[in-house]
Amino acid sequence: MSEDRELGAAPGFIEPRVRAEFPGLALAWISVECRTAGTPRSVKQRLQHLSNRFHGASVVAMRSQPIPQAYRSFYRQVGLDPEATRIPSEAAAVKRLLQGGFRSTGLLSDALLIALVETGVPVWALDADRVEASGLGIRTSHPGERLGTLEPPLAAGRLVVADAGQVHAILFGAVAPGHEAGARTSRIALFTVGVPGVPGIHLEEALWVCGEILGSA
Amino acid sequence: MSLLDQEIMESQFALPVREADLVGDELAARRSLRAQISRLERELGDAFVTAYPMGGLGEVPAPRPADPRLLDLGELECVRDELAERLHSARMTIAERADIQEANRLQLERMLLDPAKHRFARVACRDLGEPGCGVWQVRPRLGLIGMLMGWWQVKLSSGCPLPGGRGPCPRPG
Repeated sequence: MSEDRELGAAPGFIEPRVRAEFPGLALAWISVECRTAGTPRSVKQRLQHLSNRFHGASVVAMRSQPIPQAYRSFYRQVGLDPEATRIPSEAAAVKRLLQGGFRSTGLLSDALLIALVETGVPVWALDADRVEASGLGIRTSHPGERLGTLEPPLAAGRLVVADAGQVHAILFGAVAPGHEAGARTSRIALFTVGVPGVPGIHLEEALWVCGEILGSA
Repeated sequence: MSLLDQEIMESQFALPVREADLVGDELAARRSLRAQISRLERELGDAFVTAYPMGGLGEVPAPRPADPRLLDLGELECVRDELAERLHSARMTIAERADIQEANRLQLERMLLDPAKHRFARVACRDLGEPGCGVWQVRPRLGLIGMLMGWWQVKLSSGCPLPGGRGPCPRPG
């Protein structure tokens, strides 16, 4: 991957057919160096601070806020029901209410969670060595394509996050087995998906927050 | 020229429908449906927030989780119709509960105006759409004496009990 891509968020490709249907759909991604370290105290404190900001009433009020509404609306437009498959920010908020706080589960997952809670925009992580240099994007799946090598073939026409060669994740869904960033990953590709109604600056901020936490650890 | 001949002549000169126009029309229709879905989702979100202090909206049976895909015109229409149905149902629920709350408020006002006519009547704060566990109740002033003398008053109970109770009783000396 080139050095330029490592410095700032790169826009991902959107298949023309998908772009025609959703002109505001966007994917942005960066790759960052990852140091396998424990979660620093400052990150744990930040999680604690975010936990204190969430109450039952504020979680209910999320339904009327523009960014969660944009994701809920998009979910419905692509055949997902947000009552069955919660949008990431609502899922995090409900988990916080059930657990009584945001729990630290590792530096990477903590960084992804902080970015999500602070911006409302979800971020996913991939092993950067599995991503081709041409970059990530959103397209429809081809007949016979698989999510990972061992999984059954995907139905054609599913919306997926992929590079020129292979599928890395289902849009808003599971990451392909073996493509996730793990303990032995040295470089992480962070990507985020913006839907119509979510300003692009929120995507950059989410990636920046996540990259900053991982970079400063 | 008769009307029948005129129709035949018009059909001879009618332009064939181009496939590109059909595709463009369908795309425009899908965009229109998506805009309607966005508006309905926004209104449903507002209804959800409005209904929350009234006890919330009823549970909707969640469908089986699916993978994201590009929906065709028919599927988008189904999503739109289902959302419209849910919104209608949510608004009905809110209106019914608002009517009940209004009736309870009137009842409380009558209790406050003439407590003696509403002896031992109770109205919970929750039934008025107010937070907390307090209950408005018509009670006799000074207990039995008030009952005999006809001294009635409306009192608001202190609300929710403590989660852990009052704790163990202190043992005497």
